[in-house]
Amino acid sequence: MLVETSATDVSNRGSRGADDVATLTFSNISMRFPDGTEALSDVSFDVSQGEFVTIVGPSGCGKSTLLKIAAGLLDATSGTVDVDRSGIGYVFQDATLMPWRTVRRNVELLAELHGVDKAEREKLASEAIQLVGLNGFENHYPKSLSGGMKMRASLARTLTMKPPVFLFDEPFGAVDEITRERLNEETLRLFEAERFAGLFITHSISEAVFLSTKVYVMSARPGRLVASFDVPFAYPRSPEIRFDPRFAEIAGEVSHALRGAHS
Amino acid sequence: MSSVDTSAVDSSAVASSGNVSTKKRSRFDLRIVLPPVLTGGLILGIWYFVSYVILDPKRRFLLKPPHEVWNVGFANGDNFSEMMEGLLATSKTAFWGLLSAILLGFLLAVIMSQAKFVERAIFPYAVVLQAIPILAIVPLIGFWFGYGFMPRVFICVIIALFPIIVNTLFGLLSADQGLHDLLTLHNTGRVTRLRKLMFPAALPAVFAGLRISAGLSVIGAIVGDFYFGQGEVGIGQLLKRYAARLEGEQLLAAVIVSSGLGVLVFTLFGWIANRVVGKWAADARGN
Repeated sequence: MLVETSATDVSNRGSRGADDVATLTFSNISMRFPDGTEALSDVSFDVSQGEFVTIVGPSGCGKSTLLKIAAGLLDATSGTVDVDRSGIGYVFQDATLMPWRTVRRNVELLAELHGVDKAEREKLASEAIQLVGLNGFENHYPKSLSGGMKMRASLARTLTMKPPVFLFDEPFGAVDEITRERLNEETLRLFEAERFAGLFITHSISEAVFLSTKVYVMSARPGRLVASFDVPFAYPRSPEIRFDPRFAEIAGEVSHALRGAHS
Repeated sequence: MSSVDTSAVDSSAVASSGNVSTKKRSRFDLRIVLPPVLTGGLILGIWYFVSYVILDPKRRFLLKPPHEVWNVGFANGDNFSEMMEGLLATSKTAFWGLLSAILLGFLLAVIMSQAKFVERAIFPYAVVLQAIPILAIVPLIGFWFGYGFMPRVFICVIIALFPIIVNTLFGLLSADQGLHDLLTLHNTGRVTRLRKLMFPAALPAVFAGLRISAGLSVIGAIVGDFYFGQGEVGIGQLLKRYAARLEGEQLLAAVIVSSGLGVLVFTLFGWIANRVVGKWAADARGN
């Protein structure tokens, strides 16, 4: 059923060399919840270092379930996930900051949980805060931040662990369109700088095409991968690629596949 | 920012002083001080009106006017020191009762938060504790445990425990599921999870419970003393004595003093809550 579009150069993958072994592999994943809901059916694909894979699909198709299975928060009914769990960075739908901690202390949290000493923690946090452009807000509490800034703090928190695998669970769904585009561009900068293996979940087709090396379309419940598209734009990508005719063409194809997936 | 502040002031003038002083607004802003002063003046006015206009002079002993209450209850040294000694005894009972209720309630709530099974086992009995008519149980406690200090503290615990259990448990369980997942991803143990996530998340609710329980513990101390009618003399026994002797001025003075104690602990805990969680919580008083 997988509709492979023309194979294209994902040329920038190469910095890690020829041993292009998948960092995250899903093999025949199916998920049925205790209440009988069938969330996922026979999903197989992989993500390699330097690859940014996005899954688009209708609401409730099991996209988020897939990420939870990858992270070990849920166990699949059948199938296997092959990934080093210690190297997973998970960006949640909400910023999930601790309201009683300042931005800096929130960003330090993960290093703290892993017993990193104070000086090192502060260094990691400062770098991450710098990277997401939150300098000057280190001592603010989350309640005084906008939605976009909270999301940046959340990204910074994940960045401190320098995870080789990044899972994004519709992270920008709750912010306005303008902020979303900026956050997309910043996510791209992070990807270009860190070259992690990215798996991104979204409703937004343009977000998917803009960020990814590869876009999968997932069907309505039970979720199955019904189409895949390679996105040929090289990194670093400029925001202007959104107006490139090829961008519109790919977005159109994804949109078409997505409409098919709804029925 | 300012709208939040204003609503806090409206809802409780007593507890908001800590809130206000941290803002740019001056400490003695007339808009804040004036309304409660006006209400107080109105109450005094009605009081005088009832004493002098509504009540026949022969029946004026039913409600002595404010200045006579002041003269007899507060300005008279002997009467006043008697009342203050009673207040001290009652405060001591209420303090130890509240402290015991906090320790016990917190412990129970933490245990209940760790397993649904334990919560189900304990919660119905916490409700039963709350439903016990305190007037019925106080004489029984006297029969069983005597009329000393510990039984009085026990009454305070019975009456103050429930809000602490419920609020602490609610607070512990209110921690964000996403944060729980985050900690799970990083293999966080039970103790670290409690310390770094559940305790801080519970704080606003814990303080809301403490404010209720602090007032209840004062009431427990007074009720216990009132019904025991013996042992160290507290406000409860004084109330009983003044009522029996129809000493209206002192009775009213004692009522004012004991409600004053309730207001004091309520305000105190509001202030502490503001200091601890005011910086980050949406509403420091957890209302």
